[in-house]
Amino acid sequence: MNDPQSKTAASSRQQPDQDLEPAFISLRGVSKFFGDFRALDDVSLDIGLGQKIVICGPSGSGKSTLIRCINRLETHDFGEIAIDGVALDDGPAARAVLRNNVGMVFQQFNLFPHLSILENLTLGPVRARGLDKTAARELAEYYLERVRIPEQMSKYPHQLSGGQQQRVAIARALCMEPRIMLFDEPTSALDPEMIAEVLEVIGELAGSGMTMICVTHEMGFAGHVADQMVFMDHGKIVETAPPEQFFSNPESERCKTFLQQILRH
Amino acid sequence: MLTTRLMTRLVPMAALLFLGGCAGNWGWYVVNPTTAAGQRNLMFLIDGLYYTIALSVTAILISIFLGLVVALPGLARQRPPRVFNRVYVELVRAVPILVLILWVYYGLPQVADIAISVFWAGVLALAISDSAFQAEIFRAGIQSIDRGQHEAAHSISLSYIDKMRFVILPQAIKRILPALGNQLVYMLKMSSLVSVIGMEELTRRANELVVTEYRPLEIYTVLVIEYLVLILVVSAGVRWLEMRMSAADRY
Repeated sequence: MNDPQSKTAASSRQQPDQDLEPAFISLRGVSKFFGDFRALDDVSLDIGLGQKIVICGPSGSGKSTLIRCINRLETHDFGEIAIDGVALDDGPAARAVLRNNVGMVFQQFNLFPHLSILENLTLGPVRARGLDKTAARELAEYYLERVRIPEQMSKYPHQLSGGQQQRVAIARALCMEPRIMLFDEPTSALDPEMIAEVLEVIGELAGSGMTMICVTHEMGFAGHVADQMVFMDHGKIVETAPPEQFFSNPESERCKTFLQQILRH
Repeated sequence: MLTTRLMTRLVPMAALLFLGGCAGNWGWYVVNPTTAAGQRNLMFLIDGLYYTIALSVTAILISIFLGLVVALPGLARQRPPRVFNRVYVELVRAVPILVLILWVYYGLPQVADIAISVFWAGVLALAISDSAFQAEIFRAGIQSIDRGQHEAAHSISLSYIDKMRFVILPQAIKRILPALGNQLVYMLKMSSLVSVIGMEELTRRANELVVTEYRPLEIYTVLVIEYLVLILVVSAGVRWLEMRMSAADRY
């Protein structure tokens, strides 16, 4: 402990690490207000490429707002969010960096009900990425295969089960070939028997090295997918820890209470 | 009680009209299809159908386009476009159609120093007048689309125009189709007002024939029937379209 040598060694080992891998996504003092309500309160977070972050916390704690700010579905009021070194604002550079890097999956799937599965998947690649129809179709076929929905391309969303719809939504996001995927409670609107199939697909995606930030209450899933758990409450990040430590020995009282409540049943 | 009294008056009145109308001295001869003169008069009246339809359809197409162009700023987050939307809608809605027709035909050529035909004056007046209502219909339709659809479009990086064109409007238009059909029927009826500036549509034709034949009851009855048939056909068409679209229901 008193040995200055080891301290320097430790810090010098960390220092070049950070230089070599600057955070892919970095949030610095981000705050967001809805009227007088402070949804995000001075949030700072670094996420490197390939990392899998699971955010949990009680409802209204700002988890969704946090990942929606990363996708600019919400605009943050203070602080800075940067992706791949580009600060998010209304400019074209920010739009390009979002288009090329960030995909999102919603709680309510939000598939386009008037378009077939194939059209749902190719709309973004064709209109936003400028792919031709054949290439977009191949891409769609590939990702439908990956989320295990073969032969459903010409169907419409309402003809699929909730679990299938959510997997299509995942494929739709993947068709933009993002480097990071945001999941906003992807299984919360699903019937229990369909949760597993969706989590499996997300788990596989995590296994393939995709960077992801996932808001979920599925703690079992979080435990084996996440390499970092983030606990939020009242718009603040209360605790950040690897899952083993997070579940076995959470530091804060609030986190303990939350875990007790959520793991009781 | 009230309805019984109303019926006791209405039924004999209708019977009188019908029987009286059929009697030889009531003058149905002016539009009797079995005589050459009656046929000529009837054709003269029916010929107006062309302009009534041309006027209404052209005007509704323009007003749908105008309505959309006016509706979109009304949904903007910023204040100035929303103000533009409000001012346009309130202003246009406040002008009676007949007044607008007169103003466009007699006033606009002086103001803008252009020559404007009766047809285009009519189309323009009808379209502008209707566009305020179309704008409100579009606004309601677009607002009825779930926010998640906008967010999903955003998440796959669609531009605003692409989002509207491929995601929001196709769904919104399906929902407002009954209201659009309603506007078309309304437009067909309002087109009769363009007769005041001399457009040779159904109403103008009837008026002209009345002046030469002195048989307003018979001729205007034919006119009523003409509008009735036209609008029943259009309504049936709109309902068919609605049914076809809900048959392909994907919700």
